[in-house]
Amino acid sequence: MRDVLLALTAFLASAVEMVEALTIVLAVGLTRGWRTSLTGTVAALAALAVTVAVAGPSLAKYVPLGALQVFVGALLLIFGLQWLRKAILRASGRKAKHDEDAIFQEELAVLGTSTATATGTASLDWTGFVVAFKGVFLEGLEVAFIVLTFGTNQGRFGPSVAGAVAAFVVVASIGAAVHRPLSRVPENAIKFAVGLALTTFGTFWGGEGVGIDWSLGDATLAVLLVFYALAAALLVRRFKVVQPRPAGVVAEGGVR
Amino acid sequence: MRHVAQFGRFWYDFVVGDSVALAVGGVTALAVGTVLVWAGAGALAEVLLPLTVVAVLAISLRPASK
Repeated sequence: MRDVLLALTAFLASAVEMVEALTIVLAVGLTRGWRTSLTGTVAALAALAVTVAVAGPSLAKYVPLGALQVFVGALLLIFGLQWLRKAILRASGRKAKHDEDAIFQEELAVLGTSTATATGTASLDWTGFVVAFKGVFLEGLEVAFIVLTFGTNQGRFGPSVAGAVAAFVVVASIGAAVHRPLSRVPENAIKFAVGLALTTFGTFWGGEGVGIDWSLGDATLAVLLVFYALAAALLVRRFKVVQPRPAGVVAEGGVR
Repeated sequence: MRHVAQFGRFWYDFVVGDSVALAVGGVTALAVGTVLVWAGAGALAEVLLPLTVVAVLAISLRPASK
């Protein structure tokens, strides 16, 4: 069960970050040329792969498992809570939902007004390269971190890498086919799920690291996941923005 | 020096983000768990850790809800 949850979390986290990266890559491609955009993307993916390949084995080799579990657990917990907090604020109407179309138009406007537009030419445009590289690298860094921490904590990278690679293949394929931002992806729902999963793993591994012997073993993961999901649902209700009633509408039983 | 500051700021933003309460609270929750385990109250830690995590999340939401 743990492997399935790990792979699924890595898949969802990667998918949502890659959808955001795809928006930037498409904007760069359309305004500065596809060669520039794809070169920046490939360079960023290579940098991320090197980060995972170098940091992963080093962490597992030199850091004792207990300390690693506390460190990884604490960071996953903080990451998970950050995702969850934003998802709750969006679901309760206190934060604007992520709008890939708006971000795409904004990127197009910024890149389009920069000098030395190289659309359709064979030359490499430095501005476009940097924007594509930064976009993919920064969005991917969180994914790389999740893959890295999941892998080092489990002692094997299979499930988390498989999840991330599957997400890359799915998002890149759809992006290549439709050539526009994937604005119909339910990003908030996915971020909610990822936040819950990261918080669950963070609690579980962090707890193991500080010496808690979970009495239900791996089944604790399911219990924690359900507990956090219920708590998050209650928090959404608690912080939900109440829309003002339109004029003329009177509450049931109210004065007419 | 400027690059060091930028590097530090990047990692601060990456880990802490826009809610210091979450970062501090997350670490505090694990610290509470550690103390309870050391005190021989591992079973209590098993219950208190998730409860503390939820409390931290709720506290972090309060400023944004005003």
